[in-house]
Amino acid sequence: MLELRGISKRFGDVLANDGVTLAVEPGTIHAIVGENGAGKSTAMRIAYGFYTPDAGDIVIDGAPRRLASPHDAIALGVGMVHQHFMLVEPMTVAENIVLGIEPGSPWQIDLAGAAARIRALSQELGLEIDPLARVEQLSVGQQQRVELLKALYRQARLLILDEPTAVLSPQAVGELFAILRQMRAQGKTVVIVTHKLSEVLAISDQVTVMRDGRVVGQRQTAETSAAELARLMVGRDVLLRVEKPPAHPGEPVLALHDVSLADAAGHQRLSAVSFEVRAGEIVGVAGIEGNGQTELVEVVAGLAGDDRLAGTILLAGSDVTYLSVRARRHRGVGHVPEDRHRRGLLLDFDLAENSILGADDRPPVAVGPAYAWLDREAIRVRGERLLADYDVRPADLSLPARSLSGGNQQKLVLGRELAPSPRLLLVAQPTRGVDIGGIEFIHRRLVELRDKGCAILLVSSELEEVTALADRLLVLRGGRIVGEVDPRQASAEEIGLLMTGGAAA
Amino acid sequence: MGQILTLAFLFSALRLSTPLLLAALGGLYSERGGVINIALEALLLAGAFTAAVVTHFAGNPWLGLLAAIAAGAAVALVHGIACIRFRADQVVSGTAINIVFLGLPQLLAGAFFASTGATPQLPKGQLLPNAPIVLAFALVPVTWYVLNRTRFGLRLRAVGENPEAADTAGLDVARVRYAGVVLSGVLAAIGGAYLSIGQASLFTRNMSAGRGFIALAALIFGKWRPVQTMLACLLFGAADALSIQMQGVSRIPVQFIQLIPYVLTLVVLAGFIGQSRAPRALGIPYVKK
Amino acid sequence: MKAPALRQLLFPLAAVLAAFAAGALLVLAVGDRPLITYSLLLGSAATWPDGIGYTLFYATPLIFTGLAVAVAFRCGLLNIGAEGQLCVAAFVTAWAGITFAALPSLALVPLCCLAAILSGGVWGAIPGVLKARFGAHEVITTIMLNFVAVALASYFTQYHYKPVGDPILETVPIGEGAHIARLGRFVPGFPERLPTNVAFFLALLACVLVYLFLWRTRFGYAIRATGASPAAAQYGGISTGRQIVLAMALSGGLAGMVAINEVLGYRYRYYDSFSAGYGFTGIAVALLGRNHPLGVVLASLLFGALLRGGLFVDIFTEHVSKDLVMVLQGLIILFVAAEALFRGRLRRRAVR
Repeated sequence: MLELRGISKRFGDVLANDGVTLAVEPGTIHAIVGENGAGKSTAMRIAYGFYTPDAGDIVIDGAPRRLASPHDAIALGVGMVHQHFMLVEPMTVAENIVLGIEPGSPWQIDLAGAAARIRALSQELGLEIDPLARVEQLSVGQQQRVELLKALYRQARLLILDEPTAVLSPQAVGELFAILRQMRAQGKTVVIVTHKLSEVLAISDQVTVMRDGRVVGQRQTAETSAAELARLMVGRDVLLRVEKPPAHPGEPVLALHDVSLADAAGHQRLSAVSFEVRAGEIVGVAGIEGNGQTELVEVVAGLAGDDRLAGTILLAGSDVTYLSVRARRHRGVGHVPEDRHRRGLLLDFDLAENSILGADDRPPVAVGPAYAWLDREAIRVRGERLLADYDVRPADLSLPARSLSGGNQQKLVLGRELAPSPRLLLVAQPTRGVDIGGIEFIHRRLVELRDKGCAILLVSSELEEVTALADRLLVLRGGRIVGEVDPRQASAEEIGLLMTGGAAA
Repeated sequence: MGQILTLAFLFSALRLSTPLLLAALGGLYSERGGVINIALEALLLAGAFTAAVVTHFAGNPWLGLLAAIAAGAAVALVHGIACIRFRADQVVSGTAINIVFLGLPQLLAGAFFASTGATPQLPKGQLLPNAPIVLAFALVPVTWYVLNRTRFGLRLRAVGENPEAADTAGLDVARVRYAGVVLSGVLAAIGGAYLSIGQASLFTRNMSAGRGFIALAALIFGKWRPVQTMLACLLFGAADALSIQMQGVSRIPVQFIQLIPYVLTLVVLAGFIGQSRAPRALGIPYVKK
Repeated sequence: MKAPALRQLLFPLAAVLAAFAAGALLVLAVGDRPLITYSLLLGSAATWPDGIGYTLFYATPLIFTGLAVAVAFRCGLLNIGAEGQLCVAAFVTAWAGITFAALPSLALVPLCCLAAILSGGVWGAIPGVLKARFGAHEVITTIMLNFVAVALASYFTQYHYKPVGDPILETVPIGEGAHIARLGRFVPGFPERLPTNVAFFLALLACVLVYLFLWRTRFGYAIRATGASPAAAQYGGISTGRQIVLAMALSGGLAGMVAINEVLGYRYRYYDSFSAGYGFTGIAVALLGRNHPLGVVLASLLFGALLRGGLFVDIFTEHVSKDLVMVLQGLIILFVAAEALFRGRLRRRAVR
């Protein structure tokens, strides 16, 4: 059905795809796995005509094709469900689905006819979508089905789903897989891009593994194992292990009592969360993305809206629930945010100015009456030490943060937050987009900080990472803590079961 | 208060609402497509000036109106090219065009008529009838229909809310946005023409007198929806009519009545009368990722 | 390090040249000679003492409004309301100069200056509060507040402070103790009839202070961080709402200082529609000056020269009027805003 032959694509300095060759058999479910940044999404966006390859051929139904835009791909029966839904929220389901190929005349779209067709399609697969509903009123799972319908309405015979489960609850994942199987039964071809091995094994017929922009293996799912796929994905035998001595936890530094948080739309993001983090220990939080991890860190950092917050947060015994970010920082809270581009860095500012973010209101950075003046010499000295200690390259304080690579940006953020020896460190996704060497460096630094007596709360969507680093592991699902395990004892299956609530996946 | 609500007053309110409504509906097409248009003031002036000049030379107000439409479309196209093709800040581009039109009509009037900004008086027979009033109000249901029932309207809303989604659905985001922006020029220019060769009989320096901004206020007040926007224009037009009628008659200073549209809009913006939600991609140039 | 600095100058220069080229076409179209027009426009600004004196006089309010727009812009805000802020400030300054006319100069001048800064600051802070508290877009609120400002000033002038029988909408004059010195009083060879006054030096001082504030204090850092990335600023502990209000208040205060030049240094009264669009030209000044105090000074001198030269164009050309200056201003903003026009080539190459 679909073949990629020697596809290459470069974005600036990054070779995202390097001679990618793969074949998808008609009437099958084909998984493409790989770590973040392995080039899976790029390859699929090329197959959908969203990017044009620098080299290589796209073969659909046996003939090489030139795809100038998604329009051409759609005409050939290729549909794609993006990781971030491509839906116009205030419009209805039917309006979204017909957009670009509106039935009827230009002066009067045949919305009634479209709705009838959509209803029929929806019933065929048991999707239960009302074509007249507004998209913004639908749940995430329902919105994904609208995306499926959009592709099917365009008579897609090949459906590409990019990380379709990242945003779904375990139950919704089960339902999605049932739908995909039914589509296969109708003779459609499905490509599913993911980095979760359990899903690959559960749903696919064949699997292609990618690493660093290249295809490193293609297998029949029935003939492979999670271990073999993991080895192919990572490129070495064992998953990462961190050398670390046992923890010697001291006094509790952070304590949450029944902390709840609602988002602006009124949805409960955290429900009655209670736990402690002691000095000298790393408490990990595992969970499928979107289950409250982001909110948990922001609540402790002071970045969540006060009016939607309930419960108490104690820092070293005193109530900080409604204190400002600034006041918490003064009390020794460090924070490595999950999104370093949005939160962690001022991308257009130079490294010197980035090195003082969060420390900009007190000595040694700010001096003089009311600490009004920034001491440029002190900033330079402090900044140069930071770049050296955390191996940030190039070590030039006058460069804008934007010009650094992802790994070096992360080291800068990490150094800035770790260097003042915080009492409590909040770390979210510390190694996202960081290369292997950088990952080991960062892990070592975190363990060192722990052994100096810092209390660390670690959130990561990489299960291997949290189990390797954490001394205790909490599992978050639907904004609740559903269990605590000893990461040295618990198996991945056990943790996965807690994360998913025991449902299929 | 009884004698205020006369038929004459109502008609005066309708007349004064008309250029506001035309400009506001124009703004609606641009902004629902995601392009902020604070150049409505300039578009009104472009329409007013062109209509007056062409009518003077051609002796026919309909030719004047046609020329005004062309001028409005051209000026709006400049805004479109700056914002869509060159991804200029939309507010800055609109401001720039407004400033150009603080000077351009006077510059041209000076050259054509050796005046300091006015065009020659037109004879009564060469003025537009009240057709633009009918047109403006007829355009309200038409706009509703276009937005909600036609292919163009659907696409316009899509590029204004989520251009990336529209792009992946195979639409040419830039083209749809250009159409919205040019339409705004066409409608606002008709409003401008009505000012100079309908209500008045010549173009005078800065004759739009902030109506483009009031139209913008009406658009926000009307939450970017045609019917609500019309009601806002009527309200603001009535305020204008009232301030004219009260001039010299009442002890309430005229300035306070003139302030009504602006203060009401501030109140709405502060969220005291329901939130006004703008199209989500308003003001954001579309760059394919 | 040389190349980026040069490039900083290159794009504004290209925008000015492009605007002048487009303006030249316009001059041709109305039947005049562009070269003669431009030599009048720029040449008449370079004569001593009148040309230079008037250029500096016109540049003064533009430095203030340019700084005002630049400060707001550094906080991520587009202040279209400088016009309203300076209008409110001018009226309040005149009011202070009238009401406390009996005070000695040493007290009255500072009082009037303070009135200018504070009233402009308060009027500027309003859209700041509306944005920080309610999320109302500052562009729309400042436009609305411009109209409110003009109407209020005109109301108070007309009903409470107008000289009896005066056909012009203006207040009675301020006390003589509120007058500030014109340059002619202490610059040899510079006639006192020229309106250039010490407010020009105040404007230069404001540039230095704004620079120090924005780049050398933690308050300026907080404002710039808020403008660069609100999410990152909040993460660092900066209260972005407070920065928005502060930046808008400062911006309004700077715009309000126009009143010092116009009311205390030139007209000695509030005069309806005294501002030749200084608030709007401030946007052009800030954009052309890349929102940097030094750039603001350079751009203000250019626009000041244009305003001065405009009068000569009016008189000495056959068809072109001083309105050409307005058109040029608008075109310069348009070309600066559409910078990608000049960058297009570079960027396209970089993508490949």
